[in-house]
Amino acid sequence: MSENRLEIRKTYKLLVNGAFPRSESGRTYEVVDAEGKFIANVAQASRKDLREAVVAARAAQAKWWSQSAYNRGQVIYRLAEMAESRHAEIAEAVELSEGVKSKEARKSVSRGIDRMVWYAGWTDKIAQVFGGANPVAGPFFNFSLPVPSGVVAAVAHPTNSFEGLIDVTFGAIAAGNSVIVLASSDRPVPAVLLGEMSAVSDFPGGVLNILTGKVEELAPVMASHEDIDGLDIGCVQATEHTALISAAAGSIKRVFEGQGFDETTAVRRLRTFIETSTVWHTKGQ
Amino acid sequence: MTSSALRLVTPDSTGIEIPTRKNLPTFVTESGLRTELKKLSGIDAVGAEARIAKLSTRSLKKETKKYAIDLAISMVDLTTLEGADTAGRVASLCTKAMHPDANNLSVPSVAAVCVYPDMVANARAVIGSSPVHVASVSTAFPSGRASLAVKLLDTKDAVEAGADEIDMVIDRGAFLSGNLFKVYEEIVAVKAVCGTAHLKVILETGELVTYDNVRKASWLAMLAGADFIKTSTGKVGVNATLPVALVMLEAVRDFAEEYGELVGVKVAGGIRTTKDALKYLVVVNETAGSSWLTPEYFRFGASSLLNDLLLQRTKQLSGNYARPDRFSGD
Repeated sequence: MSENRLEIRKTYKLLVNGAFPRSESGRTYEVVDAEGKFIANVAQASRKDLREAVVAARAAQAKWWSQSAYNRGQVIYRLAEMAESRHAEIAEAVELSEGVKSKEARKSVSRGIDRMVWYAGWTDKIAQVFGGANPVAGPFFNFSLPVPSGVVAAVAHPTNSFEGLIDVTFGAIAAGNSVIVLASSDRPVPAVLLGEMSAVSDFPGGVLNILTGKVEELAPVMASHEDIDGLDIGCVQATEHTALISAAAGSIKRVFEGQGFDETTAVRRLRTFIETSTVWHTKGQ
Repeated sequence: MTSSALRLVTPDSTGIEIPTRKNLPTFVTESGLRTELKKLSGIDAVGAEARIAKLSTRSLKKETKKYAIDLAISMVDLTTLEGADTAGRVASLCTKAMHPDANNLSVPSVAAVCVYPDMVANARAVIGSSPVHVASVSTAFPSGRASLAVKLLDTKDAVEAGADEIDMVIDRGAFLSGNLFKVYEEIVAVKAVCGTAHLKVILETGELVTYDNVRKASWLAMLAGADFIKTSTGKVGVNATLPVALVMLEAVRDFAEEYGELVGVKVAGGIRTTKDALKYLVVVNETAGSSWLTPEYFRFGASSLLNDLLLQRTKQLSGNYARPDRFSGD
């Protein structure tokens, strides 16, 4: 192969409804590495792309939730497998994007993948942990069953490009929601890679939608869109929270503001995007 | 040439009076009709599709979009044509037709409801004297495979039950086998039975194969007295498409120039989003002209389209994307 081969530059696209469209607006923006050197062009999603993603997510959510909890866990685990086999590629993207040492990048990717497996394990335990039988005064069984909120929109961490995407995305997905996640604006490449891997991991199209673009443009639309049931803004600048929360109040969304990716916060995330459905059943004799 | 030369079989075996529209010729022989239809020039299929591709990039914004959405709502023929239709379903459809958004009375009512003939009486009972029209499909919809006598009885039945618009299907078998005069005669006969009810003639363009056939069928239907020409039944694989709409709009435009009669166009089947509907409006405006931009001359046959129009309307007014289940299902 010739040494002076032309570089093949990439334009990364969105992940909406299991497909990889460009932004309907036709916009892209340049992503640079930690030293300011060009990495790639990335699609800049518009609010109409978000709208399309919501339509897809809404349709996909029923399908996702109708699968068995065991099956959902398998699908998430499958994505973790895919990510593991392309560990080096993701780590390279993280290293380049964040400007960290390669060992650190690899560790970060490992932690992210492990967390994904952790969420895969949660799918069939959510009902056991967050649901249960309630004591009632009468000859009835009374059960509390956790059901997903529906469509959840999330903003990924601005700097922690891979790990910072996993929690905001897979917490809600493990609970049976479909998710539209806005990847880190400045460091979207690891997220986009994960999106590409999800295409071969049996997610029904529309369960996982990854947008790339600007937080200030899309987060307010996520908050005000009536057909989104949950909003994860833990990774958005604290100064923006009040405005986003009041916009979200218009359609009584569940809002998660927790920060950090420790296990306690992760469990709180899982709990945020579920609703409790209570069922009565006669005991018989 | 007198109308009595047409021998038509009617349910009650009395002859049919053919109302002659003042500027339209009446054809009593196959050859006369053929000579007329031979005048039509061929359609440049590539050109038509290119024109549509160009017009589809047109984007309506802000005030124009708001206006277009309301216009599109007022042009909807809210349709239910299912074997499972019930009186209750038709009643809720009619209520929705009169007040598409129960929470917002500023939304205009739709143009008409479109039902099967046996449901016309139910629809009329709910619609009453509201400006919303009751349209009925007829003539052995959707295939049109019945004798003329049955088709006429079908139509008469619907008109007597209170339909003020009739959507008939043409005999595609006859058309495709070259029996154009049979198609013409049938439309003339149905038109006569319609009385004051408006007649929409469904060409079922998905089965006509070529654009040339679409133009020919459009012209034939208009000569026979159609008040509207309509693309499709919605019951076959290929429904309304923009290029077909373009061909039909060019036909009504040319027909208006030649005979001074304005004929409406109804597109039906597969139009589900506001975006699609607005594309049609652009094509109407750019092809036939603004005279056709009224419910009197342009219609959408649709069911799920209305909810998307309402969603987009809410978005335009409130600035927020609305939740689909805010509006009743059909």
